[in-house]
Amino acid sequence: MSANPHKRKAYWNEATLSWWERAYLFEILRGLGITGGVFTRNMWRWMTGRKGALTTYYPEETRPDYGRHNRGKHVLTQRPDGRPQCIACNMCATVCPAKVIEIDAAFDPDDPAHPKYPSRFEIDYSRCVFCGLCVEACPEDAIRMVKEVPDFPGADRHGMWLGKEELLGWRPQSDVAKPYPAKPSGDRTRGPA
Amino acid sequence: MIQDLVVYAVFIAYAIGVLMTFGLVLTWVERKQGAVMSDRIGANRAYLRIPFTDVKLVWWGLFHGLADGIKMILKEDFKPRTHDWYAYAVAPWVAFTPVLLVFAVIPFGGTLVPAKLIPPLADWFGDRTYPMQIARLDAGLLIVFAFGGMTIIGAMLAGWSSSNKFSLLGALRAGSQMISYELVMGLTVLGLILIYGTVDLGDIVKQQSGVILGFLPAWGVFLQPFAATLFLAAAIAENKRIPFDLPEAESELIAGYFTEYSAMKMGLFMFAEFIEIAIIGALFTTLFLGGYNLPYMTDTGFVFPGNHVVDLPYALVFVIQLFTFLVKVFLMCSFQILVRWSLPRFRYDQVLRFAWKFMFPLALANITVTAVAVWLLRSVNA
Repeated sequence: MSANPHKRKAYWNEATLSWWERAYLFEILRGLGITGGVFTRNMWRWMTGRKGALTTYYPEETRPDYGRHNRGKHVLTQRPDGRPQCIACNMCATVCPAKVIEIDAAFDPDDPAHPKYPSRFEIDYSRCVFCGLCVEACPEDAIRMVKEVPDFPGADRHGMWLGKEELLGWRPQSDVAKPYPAKPSGDRTRGPA
Repeated sequence: MIQDLVVYAVFIAYAIGVLMTFGLVLTWVERKQGAVMSDRIGANRAYLRIPFTDVKLVWWGLFHGLADGIKMILKEDFKPRTHDWYAYAVAPWVAFTPVLLVFAVIPFGGTLVPAKLIPPLADWFGDRTYPMQIARLDAGLLIVFAFGGMTIIGAMLAGWSSSNKFSLLGALRAGSQMISYELVMGLTVLGLILIYGTVDLGDIVKQQSGVILGFLPAWGVFLQPFAATLFLAAAIAENKRIPFDLPEAESELIAGYFTEYSAMKMGLFMFAEFIEIAIIGALFTTLFLGGYNLPYMTDTGFVFPGNHVVDLPYALVFVIQLFTFLVKVFLMCSFQILVRWSLPRFRYDQVLRFAWKFMFPLALANITVTAVAVWLLRSVNA
């Protein structure tokens, strides 16, 4: 119990107001001037056909300045003939924390180098957390994320499953990250090189 | 007799229509203005789709008000287990009705002469004239304060009957705050009454169409600039809006006295608040901004300083007056929304200290100075 329990504690950063600030009105008017000025400036921009906001009108508008490694919507990389690079190893589906990747593997006797391929590859974007672990886990560089589409907005959760066809948006010609081996032709009895 | 009935029915329909429109549009203005002030776009996703087409009408998010209304009507009407069900059910209406009633004495236009405006009905109406005001009472300003004081009953009823501690705290805060600021509001207006010598709002507006000092329009804001500021601050506090929204401070009291209300009952509280913005705008316009008249304007035309008289046809004056009133009210509403998005909330003790130790003495000083000035001027002129 202190000697004077009603004495207010003095703080080191106690606000000190001058009489001008203590009169409220002038400082309030100054504040209203600032906010009103911003309003008039932005309104003038809208009225002269320019954009008066910093907001991006997503998804109709996207930003030009996403980071180089922004983790956005997935794409499956393709071989030169357009088949997916994916070998249906299920590594991405295993590592996925949200369990949104579903893969059905199938057998392709025509390609002895990569006999296993996904007949179905689906991602549920209503649950995807865009962590990028699938990209890290992939041994074949078969799944990547494009930076320009930060996610997959939709009005209906049933429309948010993307299948293999939608995900195969990659144009391997424009990307040199990995050389794509040509599909072997001719002698099909030979084993994998 | 029938003619009077028709005219006043039209007045009432017009007043209710204007207030409801303001209430709806202000929800949109509040969102959109706040967005533009903070470099955002604002609510813009609600749309009306033209049936059988893919054409979606967005119209800058104007339909968000409609969407809100539909949501509130369709929501579950939650019923708390309260000891006083009747008071609980009646409270939103008690808060909502007086707000509408205040508008009854506010003049929203000049004089209506139906015979001049609608020539085919000239015979039927004869030489009747009607001041554009639902109830032409010589106690106008007193009625405003009487009804304005009643909204507090709605807030208190809601708080008491909700059986919720947050509600009760909110109601107590609302009670003390509204009583304090009503006093300040009344005191600030006293100065105007001293100058105009009347509490009849129609008369007050007419007196403001003159000039003072040879060039300034005799608006209340030029005669009583100090009172105008205090009145506006007290009126915003009376409406319990930011920076004075202590009774419903979300971070402390959830929603204050209407915590336990949902669906359209809660909607009524919100709607009352938005209509009260318009009412405050209308009151301020009437008392301080020359009401329905443009500067230097009277019922017959313009009288510019230096006695340049410009006479206008009656119909034009009529339209200009109606329109001027709406524009002024809208600008005042916009200013209140600017305040709401600019200033942070006061602390509870600060609100009351602000009322009793800052505004109350200032209002008293204002009256004293005004009284002395009026007395001096009268004795000089006499």
